[in-house]
Amino acid sequence: MKNLIVIGAGPAGMSAAATAARGGAKVLLLDEQPHPGGQIFRNITRNRNTLPHLGPDYAKGLEQAEALQHPNLTCRFGSTVWRIDDGRAKDGPRVAYSQNGKSQSVAARHVLIATGAQERPTPFPGWTLPGVMPAGAAQILMKSSDLIPREAILAGTGPLLYLIAAQMIDAGTPPLALVETQTSSMMARALSKMPRAMIDRQQVFKGLSLLRKIQKAGVRRYTAAQEFRARPQGDGLTFTFTSKGKEHVLHCALLLCHQGIVPSTNLTRSAGIPHQWNVTQLCWQPTHDDDGRTDRPGLWVAGDGAGIFGADAACAQGVITANAILCALDDLSPDIARHINAHALNRRFRADALRPFLDAAYAPAPEFLSPVDETILCRCEEITAGQVRVAASNGAEGPRQMKTATRAGMGPCQGRMCDLSVTTTLAAHSGRHPTDLGPHRARSPCKPVTLGELSRLDLGD
Amino acid sequence: MNALRAENLVIGGGVVGLSVAFGLLQAGHKVHVLDGADRDLRASHGNFGLTWLQGKGARYAPYSRWTWSAVQQWPAFAEELAEISGQEVALEQPGGFEFFTDSDEHQTFAADLAAQAKTLGHDFTYQSCDGDTLRRNIPGIGPDVTGATYCAHDGHVNPLKLLHALRLSVQRLGGTIQTNATVKDLKRDGAFYRGILADQSQIAADRVFLCAGLGASDLAPQLGFRTIVRPQRGELLITERLETRLPFLSSTIRQVDEGGVQIGGTKAEVGPDDAETLPKMRELARHAVAIWPALAEVNILRSWGALRVVTPDGYPVYGRAPDGGDAFLVTCHSGVTLSPVHAKQLVAWFDDHKDAPNLEGFRDDRF
Amino acid sequence: MTVSRFTRRNEAIQDIISFSLDGQPASACAGDTVAAALLAHDSAAFRHTGIHSSPRTPFCMMGICFDCLVTIDGVQNQQACMITVTVGMDIRRQAGFRKLEGRS
Repeated sequence: MKNLIVIGAGPAGMSAAATAARGGAKVLLLDEQPHPGGQIFRNITRNRNTLPHLGPDYAKGLEQAEALQHPNLTCRFGSTVWRIDDGRAKDGPRVAYSQNGKSQSVAARHVLIATGAQERPTPFPGWTLPGVMPAGAAQILMKSSDLIPREAILAGTGPLLYLIAAQMIDAGTPPLALVETQTSSMMARALSKMPRAMIDRQQVFKGLSLLRKIQKAGVRRYTAAQEFRARPQGDGLTFTFTSKGKEHVLHCALLLCHQGIVPSTNLTRSAGIPHQWNVTQLCWQPTHDDDGRTDRPGLWVAGDGAGIFGADAACAQGVITANAILCALDDLSPDIARHINAHALNRRFRADALRPFLDAAYAPAPEFLSPVDETILCRCEEITAGQVRVAASNGAEGPRQMKTATRAGMGPCQGRMCDLSVTTTLAAHSGRHPTDLGPHRARSPCKPVTLGELSRLDLGD
Repeated sequence: MNALRAENLVIGGGVVGLSVAFGLLQAGHKVHVLDGADRDLRASHGNFGLTWLQGKGARYAPYSRWTWSAVQQWPAFAEELAEISGQEVALEQPGGFEFFTDSDEHQTFAADLAAQAKTLGHDFTYQSCDGDTLRRNIPGIGPDVTGATYCAHDGHVNPLKLLHALRLSVQRLGGTIQTNATVKDLKRDGAFYRGILADQSQIAADRVFLCAGLGASDLAPQLGFRTIVRPQRGELLITERLETRLPFLSSTIRQVDEGGVQIGGTKAEVGPDDAETLPKMRELARHAVAIWPALAEVNILRSWGALRVVTPDGYPVYGRAPDGGDAFLVTCHSGVTLSPVHAKQLVAWFDDHKDAPNLEGFRDDRF
Repeated sequence: MTVSRFTRRNEAIQDIISFSLDGQPASACAGDTVAAALLAHDSAAFRHTGIHSSPRTPFCMMGICFDCLVTIDGVQNQQACMITVTVGMDIRRQAGFRKLEGRS
């Protein structure tokens, strides 16, 4: 039996798996993608340094991916985990996953869930139209297929938009416009967080240089943008919004939206780990201690899936959590762990420093948290914000009754694209706090499995 | 603190409670419904949606006749609900199958149906056939199926639409539904019943109808009822929606009107734990593929556990408080099937109406 | 045919492989996901939804939104963003929900 199963080969999962393997644990690393890297370092082992426009931070992922070569570490890519049982089961935590159309369930003494983040859903009228995508999704195409967005508008908020704009400029295809939702008063409030952010001054300067590059390239920039709406026009889109009281109408082939990222919590919720509402980042995250330990025996979390702090912090946290797991396996003494964690703790401290500034300056805009009635919230079942409000008025008190009353969250994505928006819309409508509403319950299989595959599930019996 | 006053207080906002509330309203009463918290066990949110007669009360005539009456009334009841609420419940009564992969089980069940037919008389029709006959009639049934029984009176509804239609109907008829209202304490005080809610607010009522499923287990003894219900977990799978309609309805495989195929039928005595488990999920998948092999390619989107409300002998309980007061206990497993009789005949019984049915077979003091 | 919403950098165009899109010959770069291959090919919708027949193109590109579903080698509802395109693959755009084999 393995000592540790790590789910997710992004920054946290890769560093945890390598650290634990080097520390003597037998580790199984599972990831859905065909190659390591997660989304931030997507396809790094194939691209290596052939895509200079993606910048130096991307290239840093190669070293981490190469550290996965260790005799104690088995990597299974193309493996989709669809269920986790915690350590109360008689043979310890168990993970069920699908690879090449075959599902099996394996037990280990510890399971680390490092499934990272997803982009916050940005519902507005027209966001389901062809050509509207999250900005990060377009960046995935840049990394995985060297496809550069053409006639694209970047719209929303967050430093990722600056990075993608700079990458597009360096690739020779600048965006048509950068339409930002943050306001000058948000920026002014965020300035109080700047002194702490300067602990990581390198990142601050990097951000400023991205902005200079965007300015120099002559990209049109709008701020305090509101009332997003997209309509089809020929093969492309018409994008309308207001900025500082004035209406703007732009045309584009691609509308790339972004309102920050949030933890992917389907697996952690379905495993029964308690979750709490992050009042700053406006999202659910699994409850855990500094080491990444949850209250479910044998289950651990690390990286952005445990709370958004970015890739650098995730990488550091992977080391810290792996060492805590090694201690739990008696492969490492806590005294030595404290000593060898010093570097990672320092790195985590530095990486965390910028976060309060980013959270304040680039908070999601209210119109995406409680969109106008006609907006589709649930893309799968095509349920609108208006339908959610009607159900709330008819007595759907919480996430469960809302789901059964409207079918929002019952489609194949299992609520990944609408749970948060349903929660924030319901909270705004009923005047209740998301903490009172509670998170949606997630059930397995967390990703669809065919009946045939489930009927042949290998339970090791 | 001033207590809220209700003439008729229904405790429980699931299918059973709302059916009773609906019936009381139609009989001209004023009704207030207390519904619990979002995270309560809520059998009405996890159930299968059958309106089923086949095998029900095969060895207990009162239950068989009561169910018979319910399935007869379903078409008119569904129409009435849709008219009042504007919400269709997607009732279909195409007749239902029980499929068998074991001949002994088939024979035993066929004998049960013969007993049921004897009770219900010549209007009850059922058939039993072997696997090959079945496959000739429904091409696509799997080779491992050894036989089936069929009963023309079986059907199903969309249980979530039923719940919604009942809620809306109760509200349209002037009933009030108080949400997030968990009753912690309930007792008789002279001519009244007094309840204390989780938020410490108080409520007083002339008549109380305890329809809270598993949630009634703390309250029923406070009024002197003897029935102790227990949870029995059933696990279910739901597939992605299909364009294709399945050519059959069975007690374990049914296609919801929206297109998803629901698979269920497991039973486990595990207390108040509604988790889904890998062995049962696999068992359900194997069952579905054995019955209809074409389902093998279909994706499961979700599985869940739900808790049946089970009385000691499995039959419903309709009890009047032993002190002769106006408190009633209504509890059963088949809340969907029995919804029409709960709204009509049962309310006549509460009201001591001259048309009230004989419910001696469902007394609370039979245990 | 409609123009793709993406351009591929010249230096990236190598290891061309051919596949079939709705019965017509098409090409992609080795390593492309099916979603990337179709997005590079043209701007058309991948599917129309079963509920309101709404057109959809891929959204998340990381396997969580299920908007990129297509039929691959006869198997419906495959996540185009999670599958690597291979030589001779038969890819078809979809409309509506899954249809069971041999039945309508």
